[in-house]
Amino acid sequence: MFAHLSASLVDGLLIGFVYGIAAMGLSLIWGVMRVINLAHGATMALGMFCIYGLFTKLGINPYLGVPLAALLALLFGFLIYGVALHRVMQSGYLYTLLATFAVNMIIIGVGTTLFTTSPRNVDFSLGSLQMGSEILLGTRLVAAVASVVITVALYLFLYFTRTGKAIRAVSNNRAAAELMGISSTQVLALSFGLGTMLAAVAGGLTATFFPFTILSGGAYQLKSFVICVLGGLGNPLGALFGGLILGALEGIVPVFMPVSWVPVVEFGLFVLVLVVRPTGLMGAK
Amino acid sequence: MKTFMSFVVALGLAGAIILQPLGAAAADKSILIGFTASQTGKLNVEATRQINGLNLWVEQVNQAGGIKLPDGTHVKVQTKYYDDESNKERVQELYTRLISSDKADFLISPYSSGLADAAAVMAQQYNKIMITTGASSDSIFKKGYTLVYMTYTPASRYLTGALDVLLKLDPAAKKIAIIHENDKFSTDVVTALKKYAEDKGMEVPMFEGYDSGATDFAPFINKIPKGVDGVMGGGHFADTTTFARQFYEKKVPAKMLALLVAPPEPKFAELGDACIGVIGPSQWEPFATYSPEAAKAEKVEWFGPTVQDFLKLYSAKYGKEEPSYHSAGGYAAGLILQKGIEAAGSLDTDKVQAAIDKEDMYTFYGRIKFNTTPNLHGLQDGHEMIYIQWRKDKQGKPEKIAVWPASAASAAPVLRKVE
Repeated sequence: MFAHLSASLVDGLLIGFVYGIAAMGLSLIWGVMRVINLAHGATMALGMFCIYGLFTKLGINPYLGVPLAALLALLFGFLIYGVALHRVMQSGYLYTLLATFAVNMIIIGVGTTLFTTSPRNVDFSLGSLQMGSEILLGTRLVAAVASVVITVALYLFLYFTRTGKAIRAVSNNRAAAELMGISSTQVLALSFGLGTMLAAVAGGLTATFFPFTILSGGAYQLKSFVICVLGGLGNPLGALFGGLILGALEGIVPVFMPVSWVPVVEFGLFVLVLVVRPTGLMGAK
Repeated sequence: MKTFMSFVVALGLAGAIILQPLGAAAADKSILIGFTASQTGKLNVEATRQINGLNLWVEQVNQAGGIKLPDGTHVKVQTKYYDDESNKERVQELYTRLISSDKADFLISPYSSGLADAAAVMAQQYNKIMITTGASSDSIFKKGYTLVYMTYTPASRYLTGALDVLLKLDPAAKKIAIIHENDKFSTDVVTALKKYAEDKGMEVPMFEGYDSGATDFAPFINKIPKGVDGVMGGGHFADTTTFARQFYEKKVPAKMLALLVAPPEPKFAELGDACIGVIGPSQWEPFATYSPEAAKAEKVEWFGPTVQDFLKLYSAKYGKEEPSYHSAGGYAAGLILQKGIEAAGSLDTDKVQAAIDKEDMYTFYGRIKFNTTPNLHGLQDGHEMIYIQWRKDKQGKPEKIAVWPASAASAAPVLRKVE
């Protein structure tokens, strides 16, 4: 039993890091822009297809493809912001929600036409690492390490660069930030771009160990919402923490009960946190 | 001049009167076949192949002038279909539309047991014959339907052959673990497999289901008890492919991995080393050995194209795409209907039903014969599964080989290499 438990816990935590990166993007967008991005899952799926395309068509190593996918996603985020969000930013939550939902439907529609819903698989293995009785999968280990690196980089960017400080300033008080000469439009576009980039990176890393379709992002988007609430809406580091909790739960729960109980436990915790500590376990920022 | 013109008109009229019945006899009827296709949603791959097979049949029948009735009437085939989005609720709505608004004469089921089950209710309610293809759940045929006919081998016989392979290769095998998707089809398959294994005196220490759409199977794989000889189960393409990959990466020391649906698909080879050794049941394979000669030896009628002809026709229409068993099932569903209409000599539902009840034939897809007992009416009794196994070819690339039953095998099955 203990062997099962520890193996499942480690597997779950490794996946949890990637969940955390995906949720971090959603959390950043909410924290700075107050936008619930319903195109987050679809963007993750695009990240998966980007890595797949680079690997199968150009033979680029998936991990080298991730930075390229990140750059493309950043630009894609700017585009979405400019075309779909900028004009409705002042119109309230419902308008931005509908705008991102429309973007989501467009991505899925075009993606289904181009790629069909046939499952794709990045046939890339890093082997596995035997540690005692446990077998750690190479792709998951690298994804977890990459997630930590990205989290640290995002933290350093937000807290120690001028642009990062501008993002935090807009997040805290947009009017005051503008009075200080910060262009909130540029900051909002950058924030959406960064959130989209994190989604695509999470998607790209996920593609190295799970097959996917253009519809795969939906499930991860739902997880991201749960994680954001667990860790604290608008708190990127809390998102990583929430990702680890969710990953651990997904690993541990099936050891003791049928897997159908996983969402019951996850969403039970979700409701509990909303009731007892609405700001999330690490508090919203 | 006036007399000449009158003569020409009279000649023309006479010609039209004489030739009109001949023209009418060549193609004076048509039928509308209605179905839904999962052009979007999770069943897109299998459903598209199934529809490709069915469309090929329609094209072939119409090119030959239509379905030929004994009285010389030719019946052209037309189709009408909608995208069901792989969604059960959409299926019932769309089949109602096909029957009520589009006036479909006969129906073909959508892909998958869940969707076909939803469609079968409508067919029976509206008194329309439906040929199910891509659906192998036994439970559809335990509801007393009289107008629904099955093309596939029933789910209850899907994985039992894999257990026979395991016991043949390792008579000392005692334990199997079963991990399956929690859907109608997969549950039917593994429930029958569990009973079959227990009847053979084997233990099933793990019998667990996972939700449709699951991606992480590590929690299940970690739970597989030590000393298990074989692991069997799976569900549909996406989840089964993921399961096979994680099973390989986790180095599970089981001698056999037998999974549903995905292994016979050519895309399964994308798994690389992870697909090697995996066994899967297939309704049909391009290297199937069914032939008119073999049918004659069994004193069973042959109907439709040979395997080679089907392969040629399919590649001529769809290019590089190799037909899968879903494609063959789509074509075979058309053949079942065609044979029924030809034998009935009518398009009347009751007469065609009586004719299909009596069908016993070999086609490129294998034998077709239906259970006609009241409790299991329409269940496929004649068709048998072929088991394939992935191996490495001389260049080290994955190749698919038929390994069971012996009569259809091109090589003997082998156990997985356990590290």
